[in-house]
Amino acid sequence: MLPSLSLPAKENIFQQILVKSAFLVAALVLLFFLTLLLKAWTAIGANGLSFFTGVVWNPLTGEYGVLPFLTGTLLTSVLALGLALPCALSIAIFLGEFFRSGWSASLLRLAVELLAGLPSVVYGFWALFVLVPLVRQVELWLGVLPLGVGVLVAALVLAIMIVPYAASLSAEVIKLVPSDIREAAYSLGATRFEVLRYVILPYVRSGILAGVLLAFGRGLGETMAVTMVIGNANKIPASLFDTGNTMASLIANELTEALDLWQVSSLAQVGLLLFGVSALVNLAGRYVIKKFSVEL
Amino acid sequence: MPNVLTIQNLSVSFQENIVVKNVSLEIAERKVTALLGPSGCGKTTVLRSVNRLHELSGRAKVEGRVALRGEDLYALDAILVRCKIGMVFQRPNPFPTMSIYDNVLAGYLLNGLKLSRSQKDSLVEESLRAAALWDEVKDNLRRRGAFLSGGQQQRLCIARALALRPEILLLDEPTSALDPKAAASIEELMVQLKDSVTIMLVTHNIAQASRVSDFTAFMYLGELVEFGASEKMFSTPRDKRTEEYLTGKFG
Amino acid sequence: MLDTWRRRLLDKMFCGIICGLAFLSVLPLVLILGYLLGRGAASLNWQFFCRAPQPLGEAGGGIANALVGSLLLLGVAFVLAAPLGLLVGIYLSENKTSRLADWTRLAVEILQGVPSIVVGMVIYIWLVLPFKNFSTLAGGAALALLMLPIIVRSAEETLRLIPSELSEAALALGVPHYRTVWRVIVPTGLSGIVTGLLLGLARAAGETAPLLFTAFGNPFLSFNLVKPIESLPHLIFYYATSPYEEWQRLAWGASFVLVVGVLGLNLTAKFLTRRWRAQF
Repeated sequence: MLPSLSLPAKENIFQQILVKSAFLVAALVLLFFLTLLLKAWTAIGANGLSFFTGVVWNPLTGEYGVLPFLTGTLLTSVLALGLALPCALSIAIFLGEFFRSGWSASLLRLAVELLAGLPSVVYGFWALFVLVPLVRQVELWLGVLPLGVGVLVAALVLAIMIVPYAASLSAEVIKLVPSDIREAAYSLGATRFEVLRYVILPYVRSGILAGVLLAFGRGLGETMAVTMVIGNANKIPASLFDTGNTMASLIANELTEALDLWQVSSLAQVGLLLFGVSALVNLAGRYVIKKFSVEL
Repeated sequence: MPNVLTIQNLSVSFQENIVVKNVSLEIAERKVTALLGPSGCGKTTVLRSVNRLHELSGRAKVEGRVALRGEDLYALDAILVRCKIGMVFQRPNPFPTMSIYDNVLAGYLLNGLKLSRSQKDSLVEESLRAAALWDEVKDNLRRRGAFLSGGQQQRLCIARALALRPEILLLDEPTSALDPKAAASIEELMVQLKDSVTIMLVTHNIAQASRVSDFTAFMYLGELVEFGASEKMFSTPRDKRTEEYLTGKFG
Repeated sequence: MLDTWRRRLLDKMFCGIICGLAFLSVLPLVLILGYLLGRGAASLNWQFFCRAPQPLGEAGGGIANALVGSLLLLGVAFVLAAPLGLLVGIYLSENKTSRLADWTRLAVEILQGVPSIVVGMVIYIWLVLPFKNFSTLAGGAALALLMLPIIVRSAEETLRLIPSELSEAALALGVPHYRTVWRVIVPTGLSGIVTGLLLGLARAAGETAPLLFTAFGNPFLSFNLVKPIESLPHLIFYYATSPYEEWQRLAWGASFVLVVGVLGLNLTAKFLTRRWRAQF
């Protein structure tokens, strides 16, 4: 009555498939890293230390210094984070503490979800046509060179893009604060501001840090929106209104038009650096989340 | 009186912890045998080693012999064993994606056994009637089980186990997640069922064991303390620990 | 305590700032959607969906090449990522502590954080350089790598939440483990799995960076898996940065279509997690 003879075999095959799939994914990521390393090997040898100290990137003369792009990436990401953090925290406090339900919360939550879902190329397109002219007006008014495109616009559009990431995680974290702690504070006569400032925010500090790290990681790797508005000038930006370039957009601009293997290899070296930095930031963020949820 | 299941010197350990020590039991056919004891005494582990469910965790070590009508269960395929020995769990767990009808037939559907339409219909009706659920759900057989009450869901799980026509039905604290009224209906059902199937019941509810069981095994700290006819054990326990447990001194 | 008036004022001001900033930060969404509706929806007509872009100077071009290309790319990515992601998700949900599970989980986390441009670069090295040929397959593979972590994580998290009693019930009926997984556990967690698939598709559909050096782009309608192909996000990037108004008009229309598609996928996924959840 039962097809029992072939069962152990099938059971075994199924387990084998599961194990092999898991192994495949782990191996794929390792291979991913090794591929970048291998491709960058020539450049690592040829560029030496000047890769990290050089301020000139010129394939014609064989000078490959990553400093302009490292500066561009860090500058835009840090600026964006600074702009995004107050907004993200406000959203988190709004959703996690002030209005947990009701139409305004649902509306805000929907908006945050939609913001997180918009493709980056659409952000870039919109920024190019709306933010760039706006910034140009400001630049005219301030009396600096009215380029429009540049670090400031890139940071602005990045900030808009990373707000939902930091916000949704922080809101979750704030909701996790046990209500007896919160109620104890209210019962002592504290106002909402005081409860948030002295009880809730200290409690969820590491959770918010995790949100900040993940949003930062997202900002580091963002390519399209930044490429479209930063001006793609291979130099260290002199001011916020100046043009610049990031590691991601450098790769986007040059990889398919590389002159020789050396350039491809140098671009792989930039990719390796970008990969390493964002992997570190992301893993740090996830580590903080895990530690936070264990502590809770 | 024929014994359907023999457990000889059963010991079960998880890594370093010995959970069941040298337990021997004879389970009488078409009777209710209750395994009674405080929580953590190993009664559920004994039950689970009868249909070899503890093998799933992969870390349990089993010694001793469990035989169904003289046939060593550990020499058979685990899947065959589980078809012959049905099990009902603490919390009702009907499959949420299946209709009531399919839930009753789950043992056949999931094992890929083909049945004709009329076989299915009659099996569903028979099993649901045996579980005293037919009249309550016969008009809703195609709906999912989520709307049923806890007691109804538990009876659905009993029908699901009965549909495979098991020799033995293992009940692991089947009423502990239910309200008193639903628990009473399950107890009533157990008494009805023993006309057709052998029942092993794990419970920590002394009153329940005395109401429904013919034989009772009292376990404490992994050991079998006392085993015998329920009537006798509940009136004149031989062991001091049994007496203390029955009179509420511990557990 | 004594100074309640000042404390109240501070509280009111704080509340005002929070509410103001919260809604200020979603203002861009309103502006972007407004722009897309105003500029994008206006350029839609049947030609827009049925024709490839026309040479400069000729009116009446469409984005058929990019629509077809995006669907093909997503199809390839889905076929590559969905089965693998589901299997890995099942493996991880069943093996919480094995060493392979730890490594795989770490790999998935790293993959989730990899900038998409780097994914494009590696696929370029793997699948484009050796054949000296941009292709739909390479583009699909790049998108698959981006979808994979989303699918794995949502499958793992959903399946892990399914009570073990449910699989025990099946096993107690004598059902072998592999059938229990396919017939009981996966169907019970289906809503979470489908949500992960949709979110993965939504993420992949909007990505441009990894396609730059893999699918490359193609101004003509193509169904060929081993030739370069256009995609909606790439078309938007290419035409948005062009100086021609006709091309920018196409880019606005394409943005509208892309956003409707991506947000549609996202919202369907959210809806599924809320409404279509099996009850245990």
